[in-house]
Amino acid sequence: MMAAAYGLLPLAALLTAVATAAIVFALGDARRRQRTFWNLFGAGTKLALVLLMAHGVLQGHTLEVAWPALPGATLRLVADPLALLFAVLSSLLWLITTVYAIAYLEGSGQRARFFGFFSLCVAATFGVALAGNPFTFFCFYELLTLATYPLVVHRGHSAALAAGRTYLGYTLGGGAALLAGTAALYVAVGEQPFTPGGMPAVAEWADRAPVAATAVLALLLGGVAVKAALFPLQGWLPAAMVAPAPVSALLHAVAVVKAGAFGVVRIIEDTYGYALAAELHVTPVLSALAAVTIVYGSVRALAQAELKRRLAFSTVSQVSFITLGVAAGSQLALIGGLAHLVHQGLMKITLFFCAGNYAETLGEHRIDALNGAGRRMPVTSAAFTVAALGMMGAPPLAGFISKWYLGIGALAQGQGWVIGVLVASTLLNAAYFLPILRRLWLLPATRDWPARAGRAEAHRGLLDPVLLTATAVLLAGLLAATPLSPLGWAARIVEQGYPGL
Amino acid sequence: MTQAGLYTLAASALAGIGVYGLIVRRHLLRRILALNLLGNAVFLLLVALARRHPGYVDPVPHAMVLTGIVVAVSATALALVLARRYYAETGLRHLPEDEG
Amino acid sequence: MAAGGALSLPLAFLLPLLTALVVFLLGARRAPWLPGIGALATVAAVADAVRHVAAHGPQAYHLGGWMPPLGVELYADGLAALMLAMTAAVGLAVTAYAGPYLHDGHHHQEAERFWPLWLVQWAALNGTFLAADLFNLYIMLELVTLTAVPLVAITGDRASLGAAMRYLLLALLASLAYLLGVALLYGGTGTLHLRQVGELVGAGGPAAVAAALITAGLLLKGAIFPLHTWLVPAHSNAPAPASAVLSALVVQAGVYLVLRLWLWTFPALLSPAVGWLLGGLGAASVLYGSLQALRQSRLKPVIAYSTVAQLGYPLLLLPLAAVPAAAAQAWQGAAYYIVAHGLAKAGAFLAAGNIRYSLGHDRLAGLRGIAPELSVSVLALGLAFVSLMGLPPTAGFLAKWQLLSGALGGGQWPWAAVIVLGGLLAAGYGLRVLAMALAAAPSDEPVRRPPQRLPRRMVAVPLLLALAVYLLGVSAVPALRLLEQGAPEALG
Repeated sequence: MMAAAYGLLPLAALLTAVATAAIVFALGDARRRQRTFWNLFGAGTKLALVLLMAHGVLQGHTLEVAWPALPGATLRLVADPLALLFAVLSSLLWLITTVYAIAYLEGSGQRARFFGFFSLCVAATFGVALAGNPFTFFCFYELLTLATYPLVVHRGHSAALAAGRTYLGYTLGGGAALLAGTAALYVAVGEQPFTPGGMPAVAEWADRAPVAATAVLALLLGGVAVKAALFPLQGWLPAAMVAPAPVSALLHAVAVVKAGAFGVVRIIEDTYGYALAAELHVTPVLSALAAVTIVYGSVRALAQAELKRRLAFSTVSQVSFITLGVAAGSQLALIGGLAHLVHQGLMKITLFFCAGNYAETLGEHRIDALNGAGRRMPVTSAAFTVAALGMMGAPPLAGFISKWYLGIGALAQGQGWVIGVLVASTLLNAAYFLPILRRLWLLPATRDWPARAGRAEAHRGLLDPVLLTATAVLLAGLLAATPLSPLGWAARIVEQGYPGL
Repeated sequence: MTQAGLYTLAASALAGIGVYGLIVRRHLLRRILALNLLGNAVFLLLVALARRHPGYVDPVPHAMVLTGIVVAVSATALALVLARRYYAETGLRHLPEDEG
Repeated sequence: MAAGGALSLPLAFLLPLLTALVVFLLGARRAPWLPGIGALATVAAVADAVRHVAAHGPQAYHLGGWMPPLGVELYADGLAALMLAMTAAVGLAVTAYAGPYLHDGHHHQEAERFWPLWLVQWAALNGTFLAADLFNLYIMLELVTLTAVPLVAITGDRASLGAAMRYLLLALLASLAYLLGVALLYGGTGTLHLRQVGELVGAGGPAAVAAALITAGLLLKGAIFPLHTWLVPAHSNAPAPASAVLSALVVQAGVYLVLRLWLWTFPALLSPAVGWLLGGLGAASVLYGSLQALRQSRLKPVIAYSTVAQLGYPLLLLPLAAVPAAAAQAWQGAAYYIVAHGLAKAGAFLAAGNIRYSLGHDRLAGLRGIAPELSVSVLALGLAFVSLMGLPPTAGFLAKWQLLSGALGGGQWPWAAVIVLGGLLAAGYGLRVLAMALAAAPSDEPVRRPPQRLPRRMVAVPLLLALAVYLLGVSAVPALRLLEQGAPEALG
């Protein structure tokens, strides 16, 4: 009985997000209080369900729902530890971002549409996390593309529409590659569940037909590389910055890019298996691309005068650490990459929230206009500082932990050059974050901002989320050694799932 | 030449005239007539088919032709009404794409 | 074969016909509830037929107890049952939608004409799916045409009369080509029964000429490139409920018959070259229709060109049918495509009808800053488009996946490429429309006239149709199991 109830949890959590979307759509624009209630209720319920799932997994229950969509293709949701890492992250940040978005969008139009699609995005992200086979993964991956589009073009002006076109051009193109790759994989080996260490049938197939197996792997990785913003497929991400701040925060810190990076993990580790991917000479290419992306994103970030665009290029750079961790091929590096999946999410969402606060409260979008903003908005700026230092990899913050593991993991594999990439990235991060911190704290204010309305520097709904996520950045670093920290959970995933690395 | 052969030949000629008229003529009435000719060609062929076995008349083609004629009459009636309405509305005797 | 189950076959044909007669005699205004009753009764008969086919295999019924060749046989296998069911769903939706659409005080004349035409058409469509011999197929096809043309012309304006006239001339030419082919086949085999002809027909010259004539006629009725020219003006000038049935059902009946005849009647003639020719026409339809849809400046022509594109996909089965590794999946994909397209296209046209009804136009540029009253209709349009794009979680996606898997499984790369490319192009034209609907109103816009209020039922019906596509997107297994009943032997 208990076990059966646990088995239904993945479906219940998915339907919670879908139902929230449906309710929010049905309520329409006028009923603000009801919408706020349902948004928070949905996000809270989903987080509770996901945490219950994590508890279930720790108890050793199997959490799985599956039904046949086609003869030979099953829709399958499975909560394994890796899935939960991503699901917990997205559910937690969904709740926080919902609070932020309610405050941020107060008074703007089309909020029912916004929050409806926002919930659908989270449903899709959850599906990506729990997808138990490539077919299910593809379905939710494409659903994520569709659900995010209305959010990217939310403002509806022509710049937003143009950005939306760029976004869809990249993501649907990637989706087509993923579709072809997934269908070809199914034709070759039939339906196989994601298997830590790789699907045995794929290994056999690659023995018989190495060229076809490599081509399919390239298609699959090409498909997810778009969302993971891997060079040279990163162009959509800066363009999508036209969206409102909560969208940038959740999508670019968590949902879309992470779905891509998560896809890289699922394909390399759970479909082909690292050993096979290395044997097919794909992982060196992937490492090289990730390294190029890390440096390229940082260099481009340096040149940006607008805060959100600088953060976007920083995302391009930082997300590739996950890919780098996967491609390095050692347990420690994979732990670092998976921990970074969470850490980068926490840090980047904090940074985007802060950018939104500056834009909303002070009306400033450009970096050179933020002189002295630290005194006007100390809490926001403190949070920004914590997250930025974390991004640079300053100990004991979250970013330091993941980079440390990546570095020693790569060294263990004899890939000393990765240290070079890490050092270069840290220097570049410092080069584009420290000037911002200097402006915030050390330079005198050059502008006349409107005086504070009350004691708070910004709306509570904008401030509390920032405080929460900044605290999480701090805790994820300080408590990294505990088993339920992101690092501890990542170590658990790797020790249980990938002992062979 | 056998009787059936003669009918078939006549049917082919009629069909040729019908298709030619439908494609080349622009006047709607002529095109409707061309369709009727083509229909009659098919009916003629069917009637000829009924006698393809010596000493025995197959009733099925006859039944088909009778039904076919009913259908053809209805179709022609619809075409004529439509052409009239079209003329009343536009003053044109041919379709606009066919001008010039 | 249970007689009780088989009886629902003639009822599926007779009930809408009878309703049409009564509506015609009484007048639609005196009995506005009658079409709804007739539609429900038809749906019940179809549901019964589908249940019997699913449980007991293919069903046959001989009208009046007369056996072929002079008697009329009705025959329903899995494919026919699936088509009947799809038609019933679309038919019920269109009937529900057309009530408030036509009886709003502006469309009196249209209302009087619409109901008998549509109900006879429903009967004829069901007859097309049930007909077991080539000549009855001719009658049914002709009946479909003779009701479809007045539906195009129903508004009586210049554009629709011209479109209807062109449609009629071409459709009659197509019918006669078909009939000529049937005459030649009868001359060669002495039978008209679909499967008996298939058993007796050789691969010789006369049979090939007959098959070519029949196929050309059906391709014209199915608006397959390059015989599609009549479709766009006809479908985009008709009133919304008529557009919906024309695009979702009438042209699809043509494509359905191409598959039916090549898989059951002419499999002996289906050489690789013929398969490639027909598949090539399908591929050309997919690409040409999608590219044209990208270039339209009004909503209804976008949807109409999308019909041209979508009708091409099922034809891709024909080159794949001869490849053993591809046939089974491609067959399921093609059949499911027809179902998915029917529901999604009806939903899209009805949603577009709401937009037009409310705004008085359907120019894409005029959709910027669309009123909140239309948000449900725009949502329905968007949901339907997602299925046309073949993206999950829709029936269109599952169909595409099966067709694509078939093509890849048989090593048929060109067809796989067409399927993927067609999906991308569909995303292009679909999202071009939706981007306009999501866009903010230009700030220099003069004050707009308030949109006309939409009756509730008209808002709900397109959304329900669109949601049905998602329901079928959760699992295709029940429908594909039904399709197994009496699947063509040609597929091995």
